[in-house]
Amino acid sequence: MEVRLERLSKHFGSVVAVDDLTLHIKSGEFVALLGPSGCGKTTTLLMLAGIYRPTGGEIWFGDRLVNDVLPKDRNIGMVFQSYALYPHMTVFENITFPLKLKKVPKEVMREKAQRVADMMQIGHLMDRRPAQLSGGQQQRVALARALVKEPDILLFDEPLSNLDAKLRLTMRGEIKRLQHDLDITSIYVTHDQVEAMTMADRIAVLRDGRLQAFATPDELYNRPRNLFVAGFIGSPPMNFLNARLTAQNGQAIVEGNGFRITLPEDLGRKALSQAQREEVIYGIRPEHIRLDPDGEVEAEIYVIEPLGREDLLDCRLPDGTLLGVLVPSGHGVKIGEKVRLKFQLDHSQLFDPHTEQSLLWN
Amino acid sequence: MAEHAGSRIGQIILGIIVLLLSMPLLVMYIWLVESAFSQITYGIIPQGFTLSNWRFLWEGFTNMPSIWRITWNTLVFAVVVATIEVFIASLTGYALSRMKFPGRRMFLSLTLVLHAFPAVTLLIAIFYVLLVLGLYDTLVGVIMVKAALELPLGVWIMKGFFDNISWDMEMSALIDGCSRLRTWWEILLPNIRPGIAALSIFAFLSGWSEFLLPYIYTSSFENFTLSVLLRRLVGDFRFVDYGLLTATGLYYMMPVLLFFIFTQEYLLNIYAGGTKGTTV
Ligand SMILES: Nc1ncnc2c1ncn2[C@@H]1O[C@H](COP(=O)(O)OP(=O)(O)OP(=O)(O)O)[C@@H](O)[C@H]1O
Ligand SMILES: [Mg+2]
Repeated sequence: MEVRLERLSKHFGSVVAVDDLTLHIKSGEFVALLGPSGCGKTTTLLMLAGIYRPTGGEIWFGDRLVNDVLPKDRNIGMVFQSYALYPHMTVFENITFPLKLKKVPKEVMREKAQRVADMMQIGHLMDRRPAQLSGGQQQRVALARALVKEPDILLFDEPLSNLDAKLRLTMRGEIKRLQHDLDITSIYVTHDQVEAMTMADRIAVLRDGRLQAFATPDELYNRPRNLFVAGFIGSPPMNFLNARLTAQNGQAIVEGNGFRITLPEDLGRKALSQAQREEVIYGIRPEHIRLDPDGEVEAEIYVIEPLGREDLLDCRLPDGTLLGVLVPSGHGVKIGEKVRLKFQLDHSQLFDPHTEQSLLWN
Repeated sequence: MAEHAGSRIGQIILGIIVLLLSMPLLVMYIWLVESAFSQITYGIIPQGFTLSNWRFLWEGFTNMPSIWRITWNTLVFAVVVATIEVFIASLTGYALSRMKFPGRRMFLSLTLVLHAFPAVTLLIAIFYVLLVLGLYDTLVGVIMVKAALELPLGVWIMKGFFDNISWDMEMSALIDGCSRLRTWWEILLPNIRPGIAALSIFAFLSGWSEFLLPYIYTSSFENFTLSVLLRRLVGDFRFVDYGLLTATGLYYMMPVLLFFIFTQEYLLNIYAGGTKGTTV
């Protein structure tokens, strides 16, 4: 089912939770809504579910305008962060509840419930009550309940955030696989960017109720359209340096406190044609910086954070700015040591400090 | 170990204090029971075991309907009051907890004020209302008045219970295909069973022991409740038959005691384990 949000907004009194949101989601697509706490993700989801009535704008399921359609008539499956299981019902009753309401015959109901339960590997827990299940099992029951009515659209509101790290990883894979197999249009709310990047076909990044970007994980990572997206996507986050952009001998030069680099030709041309002023914000990801005696930037190691396979070095530039650098462990440098850093210049990002828009990708 | 011993001694001291404090109460109850089964008592010392104080059970009272009729009245009064109260309070509590509507805040503060309002000041006004409605000296009339006066507190209690149920569960039910009313009935009510049980019990007990309202708003013998009957036994012009009085009192008290013993266990049960795992 194709889902379209057209200029959707939601106000709670004077609070604008969602502001002029337009999203076109393709049939069968897995879309993540990503953003910091309070940016309006849940509100958007609940409008899709029909719990909240939009203040403005339209929601289309296929060619049906659903603004005034009741939740029960939308054929949606939803998984909540709290699981929202019914504590007074057994697992079987929980799973079959949506079918019971549809007056599905008992036999069919039993068969369908058993099938989803087996798919979710909870077939043996049918007679338990939610209180007698572990968090992961409750999560599976919630998923089974959402799936059993064969919904047109699946909504997830941070379904994994109550699980421990390992289980979260497993479930992440399982949900993605399930969605792929069943081919149900899915909208997945999360504030965990790794989750969004690994699971979604496309990610909608929200901030204060406004859409910042709607693109594939790859595009968000490599071609962020604005400063917020650049800083929000990627872990450890992108480094930002204040700099000046000038043209010298037909080359684009980025110059800041203690560093001076020449942009690759194509990036330089784009940047120069877009830039409205000399000041820019130069961005480079920690994984795109190397330790190299021939590097163009001099810095001092301030802190070393081992991450296992890699170490994150916080390097201090002469003007005091800290720069994150991700290097394979076994580099041998120590705190206080002077090093030289080499940027992978084709991964450079440039932003206008006033509009916060990218000078490269708009 | 020392700590354990300390807490043991503390408990004993606490027990003694509680015992001393409840002594007067205890003595009164002992006297009540003794007196109901003896011909006469000197202070707290009973004299001469007898069952004749209980003859009202088969002989009835002079000039009054049978004790069974009066008991039935009391039972109907308490049960109907409790039913009305629980039913209305659980609907109103739901609306106040879950819905936004104009005047909600005012309604809430009004129920609080009404609850704090001394009902006695309304007695005369209510009397006229009942008179006009033709409900004076009917059980129905008194039941309505009692339920109305008890409702504000009931509504608040139920609202509190609804407030404690997560929105997620309700939203989930709506998405699963429930109407709002069905969600209330199938999802919310089963999860506030402790609240409903508690309110029913308190409403029933309060109805069973209500004296003022039936005393004022009924006058015919056939509408008497047990509390009014007791009042008659003390207040009649003849000398007070303490044996009869205490026996009737004990009789009046017994169902409540039994009820309390059983429901208390039930209440403890649901509070201790029944709702474990409720998503909050
Ligand atoms: N029912 C409501 N009444 C009033 N304000 C609300 C309501 N629901 C949400 N808001 C406000 O709307 C904004 C967006 O809330 P929302 O719950 O959508 O955030 P979120 O992105 O889901 O955040 P989180 O990641 O913390 O769950 C917040 O500022 C919140 O305070
Ligand atoms: Mg949320």
